[in-house]
Amino acid sequence: MATKVVMEALSPTMEEGRLVEWKKGEGDDVAVGDVLAEVETDKAVMELVARAGGTLLKHVVPAGSTVPVSQLVALIGEPGEKVDNGKPAPAQEQTAAPGDASPSAERKEPAATGARPKSASGTQPAPDQDRPESMPPAPPVEAAAKAEARAEPEPLPPAAPAGQAQHRAPGARVKASPLARRIAAERGIDLGGIPGSGPEGRVVLRDLERARAPAAPAVSPAADGTPAPASPPRLPAAVTRPTDGTPYTDVPLSQLRKTIARRLTQSLGPIPTFYLTTEVDMERSWDAREALKALGDGPKVSFNDIIIKAVAAALRQHPACNAWWQDDRIRYWHEVHVSMAVAIEDGLITPVIRHADRKSLREIAAESHDLAARARTRRLAPEEYTGGTFSVSNLGMLDIDEFTAVINPPEAGILAVGRIAEQAVAHAGQLAVRRRLRLTMSCDHRVIDGATGAQFLKTLKAMLENPLAMVW
Amino acid sequence: MAIVTYRDALNQALREEMQRDPDVFLMGEEVGVYQGAYKVSRGLLEEFGPMRVVDTPITELGFAGVGVGAAMVGLRPVVEFMTWNFALLAIDQLVNSAAKIRYMSGGQVGVPAVFRGPGGAALQLGAQHSQAFESYYAHIPGLKVVMPATPADAKGLLKSAIRDDDPVVFIEGEMLYNLKGDVPDGDHVIPLGVADVKRPGRDVTIVCHSKTVSVALKAAEQLAEEEVDAEVLDLRTIRPMDTQAVLSAVGRTHRCVVAEEGWPFAGVGAQVVDVIQREVFDELDAPVLRVTGADVPMPYNKHLEKAAKVDPARVVAAVHAVLYRD
Repeated sequence: MATKVVMEALSPTMEEGRLVEWKKGEGDDVAVGDVLAEVETDKAVMELVARAGGTLLKHVVPAGSTVPVSQLVALIGEPGEKVDNGKPAPAQEQTAAPGDASPSAERKEPAATGARPKSASGTQPAPDQDRPESMPPAPPVEAAAKAEARAEPEPLPPAAPAGQAQHRAPGARVKASPLARRIAAERGIDLGGIPGSGPEGRVVLRDLERARAPAAPAVSPAADGTPAPASPPRLPAAVTRPTDGTPYTDVPLSQLRKTIARRLTQSLGPIPTFYLTTEVDMERSWDAREALKALGDGPKVSFNDIIIKAVAAALRQHPACNAWWQDDRIRYWHEVHVSMAVAIEDGLITPVIRHADRKSLREIAAESHDLAARARTRRLAPEEYTGGTFSVSNLGMLDIDEFTAVINPPEAGILAVGRIAEQAVAHAGQLAVRRRLRLTMSCDHRVIDGATGAQFLKTLKAMLENPLAMVW
Repeated sequence: MAIVTYRDALNQALREEMQRDPDVFLMGEEVGVYQGAYKVSRGLLEEFGPMRVVDTPITELGFAGVGVGAAMVGLRPVVEFMTWNFALLAIDQLVNSAAKIRYMSGGQVGVPAVFRGPGGAALQLGAQHSQAFESYYAHIPGLKVVMPATPADAKGLLKSAIRDDDPVVFIEGEMLYNLKGDVPDGDHVIPLGVADVKRPGRDVTIVCHSKTVSVALKAAEQLAEEEVDAEVLDLRTIRPMDTQAVLSAVGRTHRCVVAEEGWPFAGVGAQVVDVIQREVFDELDAPVLRVTGADVPMPYNKHLEKAAKVDPARVVAAVHAVLYRD
């Protein structure tokens, strides 16, 4: 009786994942919790772990495949167990794998509320092969009634009644308290993607709350109920030379790229943004940083660290800018979590420095260094890059004088930091050469009005021009 | 508002109701000359005389039957059992007569009687004298079961029980008679069938009654030290149960522990859990846990008896479990 291993939702917004590498080969012994494979989600490279022990009988999909959440990727069972019936099927034709009708397999259902028809069928117990012809096959067990209602004709046993929807899947069930289940359904949260802290992995209210604070809203696949199409197979990047001679390279969109596109369209489309720019004299911040460097211990403090610290301290004074747009309300956060944009290969990600207003510059420097390093190697946990209340994006190191940044919804503001450059300016009645910095804040006008944003920027500027004000 | 013991609050209720209504009378073993085994009837014989404060022989079945008969012809007897352990001898009168007369007479005859006395375990009284029988009586359609936990509730609920037109089983806490508390002045009446939040809280609801109310309040104090905000909901009336209060409490806190002194099997808590899972299933973040007396005859041995009883530590442990705390 083989246990199916399916692609799990490893991030709050994941709809499909690329199986980067198998960590267990066919025939290997696996124990519960063993890492079976590395999976690239829309955000990071994560580990797919075994939910059942035994022998890895078969890789149903090869490394490099992109697979929708909840589709079968491997089978685990007894050594030598026959798995010919569990033959791999293309994503579009994924059918129930016979020989696995065991309702006792202890495995988390990967996507209870967001399950798509095709993938749901991939985790169904199959009809009993030995059943006499005269007996009706076991009815299919669907993960979600809505999904079933939308399902295209499926390659199920002919007697399986179409439209029979049952919200249960005995072989692949998420354990959740009734309250957690209800709230998840109301908010369109996929319980399968939430680690449960109760007995036997039961998802309880506090798990939803933990997952919810950082969860990006409005991107849950269940939120709009649109079933995600099975993704086309991922092609390697290849130079194409059409007959007219102009060469080009087609690079399939990575999960990250897709997410960025969706999120930015979401942003500049519906978000009425305005921009505020101010110029800051950085001489004293410069001196402060030199003085800190001269101490010679602790992490190296960057200007970005100083700016994050100042932004956090200024947000504490201007809570109106520390807010999320929530469609029917504005959520003013009582804590300050600063997202910092980090460029990585093929995109960017925004790790979050939590409680930045309460941390020392030394702590911020150490944390930003660690987060940025791990962001570049794609080793951030989902909770480390979600849940920010305001963002900082810095292109100063790339010699950009000033720019406007795109708001990272549902946050209401983002600060774009240009380069620090020597400028000839009037200073104390004299023409002087001073180190100057241009800051541009993008504001969601639904949350932040012009004067509100300007007051915040004024405080921020005062702090950078007199760094002691941050600790005042 | 005056500080009064539970015992004296019951005495006030009896006296005031006997003053108010000449049909009210008290009968039972030692209620008159001895002024009650627990001195609940102190001074009543002197004030109301032997026609209204009647000492009976040691014949629970007999005087319970006299009480039912008196009620059927229009009086309002208050029948005292020395303890509810002894009332087992009279259970036929309660179940087959008191609870059935209104139904079997087609509504022509009611039984406005109160059967009262102490229930539950005291200290080292042995297996036969340390029993909580509320679930026995609450099982019976036609009986109301009332169990006050505080002096104020004792007074207000006994007055309502005496004024009620149907038989009321009124179970007092033997260990509560010396409990002191504020009792409002004047004609303090509490309607039957209304639960009371003895301590508000956000994180978990502890449903309890009678002696377990003080146990739950102590547990809540301990929990507060670890920043768990526990609500203590006193049922006060077991039947009719204030299920709305239970359901709305669970709707607020999403986690519930039910404590009772009696045995676990088919206990009052089982009824509470049943209504919760049926009516507010989707509000539950954890299974509802029960804390009950041990499922054994009450041991006489002091240490074993302590181990068999509900105590704050067991309530705290159950609360930890429903909050998924280690």
